[in-house]
Amino acid sequence: MFMQALWRPMRLVAFLLLAAVAVATQAQPKGTPPTPLVDSMRGTTPVDKESSAPILYPTENKDIRRTRNYAMQPPTIPHSIDGYQVDKDFNRCMFCHARTAAEAAKSIPVSITHYMDRDNNVLADVSPRRYFCTQCHVPQADAKPLVGNTFVDVEQLLQRKPGVMGSTK
Amino acid sequence: MLDLIKRYWKTITRPSAYYSLGFLTLGGFIAGVVFWGAFNTALELTNTETFCTGCHEMRDNVYQELQTTIHFTNRSGVRAKCSDCHVPHNWTTKIARKMQASKEVWGKIFGTIATREKFLEMRLELAQHEWARFKANDSLECRNCHDYGSMDFTRQSPRAAEMHSTYLANKEKTCIDCHKGIAHHLPDVAKAKEQ
Repeated sequence: MFMQALWRPMRLVAFLLLAAVAVATQAQPKGTPPTPLVDSMRGTTPVDKESSAPILYPTENKDIRRTRNYAMQPPTIPHSIDGYQVDKDFNRCMFCHARTAAEAAKSIPVSITHYMDRDNNVLADVSPRRYFCTQCHVPQADAKPLVGNTFVDVEQLLQRKPGVMGSTK
Repeated sequence: MLDLIKRYWKTITRPSAYYSLGFLTLGGFIAGVVFWGAFNTALELTNTETFCTGCHEMRDNVYQELQTTIHFTNRSGVRAKCSDCHVPHNWTTKIARKMQASKEVWGKIFGTIATREKFLEMRLELAQHEWARFKANDSLECRNCHDYGSMDFTRQSPRAAEMHSTYLANKEKTCIDCHKGIAHHLPDVAKAKEQ
């Protein structure tokens, strides 16, 4: 009963508020430029404009094993993997890189660590935590690096002369 | 019944009393051309993508998957439509396939794969039919476009070139043996081995 009595004036107040807001937005002066938004992906292109995408570099597809940059580096994929299906039904990578497929496909079988669970128990099939290959292994493109890199291989680091930061002789 | 057949037999063996020989032969020829043209046009109509994707079973499942593959979009814009891979191009084999496909009409009427779940349930069996067909005809539909004689191994990746120049060359393998699931997603193939 009390709520019903209150409802009518409340409705009136709400209507008046809405009307005031509408008038206020209309009264705002036009032509003020919006502050430019700088986005890491879009650059300074405004949100209402379409930014031009960077070109796609072709994947290196030479099938030659690449040197690992450090001992525990997941090897990079030396071939293209376009359209490879890796889901609960099928794993296109394991089609060739499984232990049993390696001979026929002349591929490098995935290491034993991929068959181990987190407690180091060796399983019959690839461990679920290692199932999605591209989490660690990626193909490479001959693209211009986005950022600089001063990485030095540990072997070079050991051979460097004292006092020389990562000397390559 | 026998009487009826006899009566018709008499009618068609007796020379025509009203129509000239010219009308009958020429008319028959024209009617034949018209019939054949109409038949072939209707048959070709069932080979179009619009026809295939007219059913939600095809449009929502396999057609969606095809669109992400190189057989649908690529740099040169040459593309394969459903019938390019699933219907033989030669007349006799095409008719044989079309007659086989009447089973698909049955499936449509009774909603064999009317839902996504039903489709996924049956997908392995359907895929196996298609693999068996490709295996039996030596991947004919692949070879309609991908001619072995025109393959330039030097333009292929070393891995592909080696495979093609050995297993495909000595006919030990055919396209489908290695290239399963290139235009559609693969079902759980491990289940196939259990059967």
